Parts: sequence; structure tokens; C-alpha cells
Amino acid sequence: MPEHDREPVIVGIGESELGKAPHLSQRQHHALAAGRALEDAGLTMADVDGYFCANERLPDMAEFLGLNYRYLSGAWTGGSSFEYHVQHAAAAIRAGYTDTVLITYGSDLLSRAGRSLGTGPATAGEPATWGQYEAPYGNTTVGSYALIAQRHQHVYGTTPEAMAQVAVDMRHHAASNPEAMYRDPITVDDVLGSRMIADPLHKLDCCVISDGGGAVVMTTRERAKDLPSQPVHILGTGTAQTHWNPVQMPDFTSSGAVQAGRDAFREAGLTPADVDMAMIYDSFTITVLMLLEGLGFCKPGESGGFVQDGNIRYGGSLPVNTDGGGLSSCHPGLRGIFLLTESVRQLRGKARLQVPDCSVAIAAGSGGWLSCIGVTLLGKEPVR
Amino acid sequence: MSTAVDVVDAIDTGLPVPEVDGVSRPFFAALDRGEFVLQRFPDGTWQHYPRPPEMYPPDNRPDFAPASGRGTVHTFTVIRQMGVPYFKERLPYVVAIVETEEGVRLMGSITDVPVDEVHIGLEVEVYGVRVAEGLSVPFWRPS
Repeated sequence: MPEHDREPVIVGIGESELGKAPHLSQRQHHALAAGRALEDAGLTMADVDGYFCANERLPDMAEFLGLNYRYLSGAWTGGSSFEYHVQHAAAAIRAGYTDTVLITYGSDLLSRAGRSLGTGPATAGEPATWGQYEAPYGNTTVGSYALIAQRHQHVYGTTPEAMAQVAVDMRHHAASNPEAMYRDPITVDDVLGSRMIADPLHKLDCCVISDGGGAVVMTTRERAKDLPSQPVHILGTGTAQTHWNPVQMPDFTSSGAVQAGRDAFREAGLTPADVDMAMIYDSFTITVLMLLEGLGFCKPGESGGFVQDGNIRYGGSLPVNTDGGGLSSCHPGLRGIFLLTESVRQLRGKARLQVPDCSVAIAAGSGGWLSCIGVTLLGKEPVR
Repeated sequence: MSTAVDVVDAIDTGLPVPEVDGVSRPFFAALDRGEFVLQRFPDGTWQHYPRPPEMYPPDNRPDFAPASGRGTVHTFTVIRQMGVPYFKERLPYVVAIVETEEGVRLMGSITDVPVDEVHIGLEVEVYGVRVAEGLSVPFWRPS
């Protein structure tokens, strides 16, 4: 009898209601996304024996979903948590600790807290830890990314126009997504003319704040043979952290994407040239530039030109965030789960803005302030 | 030796007061006495923020030592929107990463200069802002 093929695959994805959904609580977002992902996979909650979600909601959500698990994990690294989860779930599935993993996310951020996240105190909740050294200065979340953008502009001559082009391209993609929060086209001048929040970041350099939830179901390749959906293969994963609080960033023009990307590509036996489309965390326009460089899609300092040459726009060499991204579509606090769901849609050939012949996709999540980077390489075929 | 650092009073102004602990208190307490100190290892390297010496091997534990209090702006931003009332009343203001002569970086405010004149490479010196009895936080102004 052949050995059970325990290579991990994604067999189900689901999303709750994105954008503004005041009738849904955080737990409802988790549960609605979970139900849809399991239905997509042809499975039920009773089939799940491994559960992942980010942060302290873990045991509460396991109870709420009625799960009887053998394996539980809850890495929280901010927006990249779910790329970390895929790495950990893949290892647990290969090792035999679990056969079918459910990863969920849910947030009612917009309905509960409004649009206060970006321009509230960056040290909220951290008065006794690293916040000691930063709280007196009135930094904001936008400000932390602005520190990075300012340095990138200084070192490499990256222009505000190049950064703005990222926002313009994401809005162009959002026009094809009826669930996106903002769909009307914008221009580079619109971005540069929007009010300055923290130099050099304008309002339209910043992501939206939304509600939303997402879920992913993973299992073994063997089990997937009996399931209705087309499995998507986990080709490689990588994670890396260079710092947490902003002042500790060792190099304001580089991130953990260098290490995480290298590990993921090495595991997959692929190079950036093999990638057909990319889901790149876009909390801010600068985030995309930093990740494109770190992952090796262009050289350090050349991301501005790479974007201005049309590469990340649909039809370009590397379409990025075909759902409209966090900049125009959906960002409920942690966007990493949506990098996975849209990647899977693309590899199944079922995306709204479908990239032709899409066989390799990359999901690159960023948590904190370009602090914790999680990379997942996904394939239509099992390259390994 | 470092020269004495100016300390200005801002007690009860609403400026956030750091919740210090046993490891960080010497940093803020020294500044309150007019001394800018950072942790230095026996091999001469420096670090910020302070960590418990006990987490390092016995022969390489950092101790607080006087630092120059001079540095340059490594990067910065001008905050133009902020929800906290204390800061909202003071918009726009600069948040910077200052790299000291010792090679460590601290977040800080740059004052005594128009926000539009702050630039990367600007040379700055530290001063203390007293937020509570015995505790001052570092601010920076052009040197």
C-alpha cells in the first residue's frame, strides 16, 4: 500500500462580508468565513482536527465553532499571522499531528472603532513595554511607516509619484471587485493632492479600514483526492522578524522579506521569475515597495521604477493584489488571510480579475511595522 | 565626560508619562539629573533600549554609562493628523529616529526648529523633559 501523501494543500477558502458589516460581530465574521470555507472544501466542522487563529481569541473561537481539535496554534504577528499559520499548519500536517486544519480570521474594526487606527497613538496597549520609549513623542501607525518611506526616499531617491502609482494600480484593480470599499479610479495627482497624514504619506498612501473575515482549510494531498475542490499546493513558506517596535528596525530600507522570501523560494525550488501573480501586503504604498525589493522582484531601490513601468498593474509582468488590496478593497486590521484567499482564487482560475495561465502565486504578509514577514508560495501544480 | 543636559519641566501638562520598570528607570532617572546614559557592554558597544544585564553571559553584561547626547536625524516624519488631544493641539510636530554618536537609535521629538527645516542628517543634541518627579524623557533640538 502506498504511503499516505501528507503534502499539505489548501482545499477550501471562505470570506465573510467585507467592507462595512455592522450587523456582524467579530466572532460572526470568523464563523461565517469558516462555514463558507468548509462548504467550499466539501467538509464540515466535524472533519477539522487542527485549528489556527491569531491572538487571544483562540480558545474562545475553538469553543464558538464547536471544534474538537488535536492540534491548536495561534501565532500572532499582526497582519502576517496567517502566512505564519500556513507554515506551521504545513509542518503539523506533514508530521501527522493533524489531518485537516481550519484557519480563521474575523474583525469588526470599522464598525466598532471607526477609522481611528492609523492616526491613534502607535503605542496603544504598550505603556509598560517598548511604549515607554516612544509614547511621549506622539507617533502614529501612519507615522511609523512614514519613517520608513522617508528613509527610502532619502537613500534611493524613490519619488512620491512612484509611491502614489501603487495606490492608483490597486484602485484600478478594485474597480473589478464589487466588494471593494473604493472603486472609482484615481490618478497620481489625486494621491499627491490628498491631505498629508505623516510626511511623506498622504491619505491615499494609506490602506482603508474595513470589517471582514476570512478562512482557509488545509489538508493532505491524499485526503484532497476525495474532495470536490481543486487543491492548491503549498510550495514553500518562509518567515522572518527584524524588529517589532519601529525604532529597532535595523535598516529602514530593508525588511524580513529578504530572509522569508529566500527560504520560501528555496523550499519551492523556484525564483521570483516563476511567479505569475503576487498578493503583497499593502497597508501603505511604501509597504509594497519594500516587499517587492525584499522578495527579489526587483533590486533594492528599484521598486519605484518597477511600479512606474506598469509591472504590478493587471496585464503587467507581476499583477499585484488583483482584489484591490488593502489600499482600496479591504483591511480589517490584519489583511494576511485575504492574501491567501485571493491567491487560491487565482490558482483555481476563479478570480474576478483573473491572471491568464496563473500557476504560481505568492502571498507576502507584513505584520507590525514591516516587522514580521510571512511568505507563502502557492501552486496550481505540485512542483515539489 | 558628558556635559550636563538641560532639563525642562512638563509635569502635569498631559505629556504621556512612561510606565517605567526596574530596568528602564535608571535611563529616565539619570536624565532627570541632567545625565544622558545608555547601556554599554564591556566590549564598548552600546544598546538602547535597556535590557536586564542578567540575560547576557556573566562576562559580557551591559551597564549604564554616560553618552555624548549628540546625534543626527536618521529618519523622521511630520505628524499632521493625530487623535490624542494632547498631541492634536500641537500639530504639526516631528517624530524622528535619532542616531547617537554611539551608534544607537532612539525615537524622539525634534523641537526648537520649524518642522519644514528638519531633514535627515540634521545634527541634534538631547535635553530632558520632566514628566514626573525623578523621571525625564529625552527630547532633541538642533545642536
